[in-house]
Amino acid sequence: MHEITGDRYRVTYNPQTATLTCTGILRLRDVQAYGSLNTLFDRAVAAEHEVVTLDVRELDFLNSSGINVLFQFVIKLRDRAVSQLVVRGTSRAFWQTRTLRNMRRLMPGLQLDLE
Amino acid sequence: MTHRILGEYVETVPNGEYLKMRFSPSSIPLQQRWRNNGLSADFLSDYWVTFFPAHDIESQQRQIEVKGAICYIANELLENVMKFSYAGIDCPVNLELYLYQSEFRFYASNAVARKEVEAFQATIQELLSEDLAELYMRRLEDNALAQDGRSRLGLLTMLHDYGAQLAWKFEPCPQHPGVLVVTTMVRLVV
Repeated sequence: MHEITGDRYRVTYNPQTATLTCTGILRLRDVQAYGSLNTLFDRAVAAEHEVVTLDVRELDFLNSSGINVLFQFVIKLRDRAVSQLVVRGTSRAFWQTRTLRNMRRLMPGLQLDLE
Repeated sequence: MTHRILGEYVETVPNGEYLKMRFSPSSIPLQQRWRNNGLSADFLSDYWVTFFPAHDIESQQRQIEVKGAICYIANELLENVMKFSYAGIDCPVNLELYLYQSEFRFYASNAVARKEVEAFQATIQELLSEDLAELYMRRLEDNALAQDGRSRLGLLTMLHDYGAQLAWKFEPCPQHPGVLVVTTMVRLVV
């Protein structure tokens, strides 16, 4: 299990379950500040799992720099064309209702599960 | 240096309720105050959601929407004014949030460097004239290639994901006539 923690957030990557999990509040300053998270996401892309799960159900807030990081992860998976992606979210966090649906347009085969 | 309005800009009307925040970007370094953007956005959304009491499932959902939208938009506006405020002068940045009957109106203002004005106005014209869904996807694809550290998604997500209406006013700074102040107005119907 790989883990990155910071002020009010935690991001993990479990290679056994091919699952990336983001929890808390992510409002880092810019794309560079998200560098370590990007590296973690890149690991999941490079592992070429058959199915990758991105679990953001406990991610209460994400700013636009963080949205870009998640979408760049989707683009990388799409372009490598090896892994399927399952995104697990919740309608309790309003940003997820508004923003996650856009991922399907980037990667039409993506499975989006909103609780 | 002249006044310029882009989009359907509506001036503030000093009635009803409003909150105003004023910051001096030079008083402490940006990195040290970055966390305050989020705290301010949390405060604004917690404060205004009081005006939307929850008494059933529908109104509870409305609370989630109002709180989530205010928090996102306020945070993005604060991040932008802190990031792009012209550092050459000590010009304060402001964020005002008004509640008028069925809409919130945000006004975020900061000084903008003269050399940045043209590019910023071109970006604004793009936001006002292009198909937002197409622009959103194109920008994500462009970001994958550019890798320049900028997401350029803040204003676009307000428009596309939250259905907000945006407009901008450029005007000379009263204390520094050679410098322009830009005010970003965001209307959010609730």
